[in-house]
Amino acid sequence: MPRPAEAVALDATDRRIVNALQGGLPVCERPYAEAATNLGISEDELIRRLERLLADGALTRFGPMYHAERLGGALTLAAMQVPEADFEHVTAIVNGFSEVAHNYRREHAFNMWFVLATEHPGRINEVIGDIERATGLKVYNLPKIEEFYVGLRFEA
Amino acid sequence: MNTARALALETPATLDATDRRLIVETQGGLPLVPRPYHALAERLGITPEDVMARMRRMLEHGIVRRIGAVPNHYALGYAANGMSVWDVPDPCVLEIGEWVGSLDFVSHCYQRPRILPAWPYNLFAMLHGRSREEVEEHVQMIARILGQYARAHTVLYSTRILKKTGLRLNG
Repeated sequence: MPRPAEAVALDATDRRIVNALQGGLPVCERPYAEAATNLGISEDELIRRLERLLADGALTRFGPMYHAERLGGALTLAAMQVPEADFEHVTAIVNGFSEVAHNYRREHAFNMWFVLATEHPGRINEVIGDIERATGLKVYNLPKIEEFYVGLRFEA
Repeated sequence: MNTARALALETPATLDATDRRLIVETQGGLPLVPRPYHALAERLGITPEDVMARMRRMLEHGIVRRIGAVPNHYALGYAANGMSVWDVPDPCVLEIGEWVGSLDFVSHCYQRPRILPAWPYNLFAMLHGRSREEVEEHVQMIARILGQYARAHTVLYSTRILKKTGLRLNG
């Protein structure tokens, strides 16, 4: 079974960039120059390192993080119990839906967990129905009732 | 949170066609050039000042949570990703959720519905650790403090990322 990506080698400057820039970049004419000054490196070096961190997969993305619900859309977490023998086949079907934003295999009877993101709230139930018909399996819809504040910081 | 921001968050934000084009242009990322808002302005046919004003407004309204780096936990050496799930009494779930969310090793914390009998858990806390042992220590720490309030719990470790594209608006 393929494992999640191996750890990427980061030097001390990379680590400072990853730690500092999780908090956010200001909106201004030269945001990288401003962040670079705080990090004690040049604007050009910061941009080159960000390009490399993205290419190496240390960062999954860099930019605005949009809030689906405030865009008028909807998000939910859904889970399925997929028979082992059908796992690859069901993965292909589920991943084929553009509304599936993330999908993880987990060690549990509920072994497939995916996030659905749709532009319109009513679309969530339609997609769940479509996935159930396409796979012949029940989809457990677990939308958030409450989101608790977290700091969301990872020390690189 | 200040009053202006609290009010902004209560108001449903309206997005015009240009805002939507700006979202489509940046959902893959902010351009990695010295003047990213100028680059976006050129693509959108508006002024850089307008792009920056729209981005600031979306931040103020919480449409943009922040503009920053999204780390890949695995690549940073956080090899163990455990979704801990807890069955806690409904009358206490908000208080318990606030407390669990405040722990520095918890990256996401949500109350979600139970679907009985298959799924009895109503509180989800995502844990990241350098090893499963580290995640287990965190789970035990939460379990000890919740005591009898945690009627049942388990941890679902991820073993494979099957897809990760994030939110996508159609252009």
